[in-house]
Amino acid sequence: MFEKPLGMRDTLPNLYETKEHVRSSLEAEMKCWGYQFIGTPALEYYETVGTASAILDQQLFKLLDQEGNTLVLRPDMTAPIARVAASKLLKDNLPFRLAYSANVFRAQQREGGRPAEFEQVGVECIGDETVSADGEMIALAVASLKEAGLKNFQLSIGHAGFVKELFIQILGTEERARELTKFLYEKNYVGYREHVKSLPLSSIDSQRLLAFLDLRGGVEVIGRTLDLIENEKGKEAILELKELWNIIRDYDIAGHIKFDLTLVSHMSYYTGILFEVYAGNVGFPIGNGGRYDGLLQKFGKSTGATGFAIRLDRLLEAIGELDETVPVNCILFSSERRKEAYELAKAKRLEGKRVVLQDISGVKDIDACTNKYSDVTFLVGKTGKEPVE
Amino acid sequence: MSEVLTIAMPKGRIFEEASDLLRKAGYRLPPEFDDSRKLIIDVEEENFRFILSKPTDVATYVEHGVADLGIAGKDVLLEEERDVYELLDLKISACYLAVAGLPGTKMNDVAPKIATKYPNVAAAFFREQGEQVEIIKLNGSIELAPLIGLSDRIVDIVSTGRTLKENGLVEYETITPITSRLIVNPVSYRIKDERISEIVNALSEVI
Repeated sequence: MFEKPLGMRDTLPNLYETKEHVRSSLEAEMKCWGYQFIGTPALEYYETVGTASAILDQQLFKLLDQEGNTLVLRPDMTAPIARVAASKLLKDNLPFRLAYSANVFRAQQREGGRPAEFEQVGVECIGDETVSADGEMIALAVASLKEAGLKNFQLSIGHAGFVKELFIQILGTEERARELTKFLYEKNYVGYREHVKSLPLSSIDSQRLLAFLDLRGGVEVIGRTLDLIENEKGKEAILELKELWNIIRDYDIAGHIKFDLTLVSHMSYYTGILFEVYAGNVGFPIGNGGRYDGLLQKFGKSTGATGFAIRLDRLLEAIGELDETVPVNCILFSSERRKEAYELAKAKRLEGKRVVLQDISGVKDIDACTNKYSDVTFLVGKTGKEPVE
Repeated sequence: MSEVLTIAMPKGRIFEEASDLLRKAGYRLPPEFDDSRKLIIDVEEENFRFILSKPTDVATYVEHGVADLGIAGKDVLLEEERDVYELLDLKISACYLAVAGLPGTKMNDVAPKIATKYPNVAAAFFREQGEQVEIIKLNGSIELAPLIGLSDRIVDIVSTGRTLKENGLVEYETITPITSRLIVNPVSYRIKDERISEIVNALSEVI
């Protein structure tokens, strides 16, 4: 066996077919919503896209070009798209709706079997700071997953701005807020509680920080946030969530939605509403998204943006194998009847059938060949003779 | 009742204390639960499925979502750094991670050797101390290493200190206290949130 680099995978025909089917359903829905697909290079400068990306530095594949510049294999599509949008597209100050399906690369430190290259299908809505745009992301995520055939899934929605404001209100400085956020990011709630108890806080404030961990569930969660937050920006975040809930109801997708304000997908990347997508039978999120108003600034444009990405490999795991395989016909011919075979193949292909043309003298095992295809036609020997086995 | 909840339990030392705790929290576990040799135990009246696994594997099962919940030692969580939520300190199976070695010895100046089951924890600890060490990963009988000259020190969990004493070793430094934690898969935590909150609340009452 010839080995592949750690975390790299081949896609064999069956999986390729399934993948293509799922990908095109997602893409079709995104196109229906007016999103335009774009492509960007696999390699980007580390200095710009690499550092702007939400992906941790140690997960980046880095290499040098001939001039000695550090390059990265794109670890996500959001940063490259922000680069394109900031430099080329955002001229007329209108919101821009872009989509992509592309392979991204993230080095895996542990367990070589995990994919280091995987495909993401996603959208970015750039230049729209309204909650309507956030709602559109959630609604489009739901619609495209349904279109792809996924039945059982849930989106959990949080708000990075709310967490930040609540922590700053109680702890006073951004640095202390960061320190506490880190426990959430690391999913260490035991550490979070111990840290809160170790801080010199009034019992009300300390209680608020502990109660924060329970802000999970249905829409009633938004009501409960009101007891915790006092500052203006925090209240704005709650208004956004309320508005978002109305939008979700108008899209008629409330059945897929839960709220979880403890959701922290990244230390600093997201700035507002954010969400993760879960399917019951897969142990990892199959997609995530949110508002990242700071990113465009890094490319010299100060405007808001929001988006989401679906991980195709995990979505495939959630959907399972496709039942139907597309039938492939085979025409086995000998040189005497070659032209006849070509014409038959052409006619069948025009009908949209998949046809393999195979010179019979190139087949060593006829049985293996007839087993492989759903339908085999023999055009062998002189015209008019019976097919030869 | 809602869907089945799968709980990964560590075999051995922690198992008994963990099942006692679940019983105290009001869950009816059958009496044969404790000495069963089965690896999968269904407790239908509670709608639980228990998976009995090696303690170090609990976090792996939970990370991959084949178990919704798990009970795992903090030592395992520190070593494995799995992507799971650490929800509760169950305060059972208390012990600590420590550096030990033969009494009255100094660490080799050049490249002291450290034998341990916890290479990541040990490496991080000595790095923070600015010590340059060579880590030797062993899978058991760690106390043997200094006795036969394999290592200068060991990093291991200590509960009563008896094993160390019986092998003529002494503690040099405490790294961190260890107890068992309730961990949960990030997807289960969101999708099965109501049942999981119920368990968390029931357990918090009796810790």
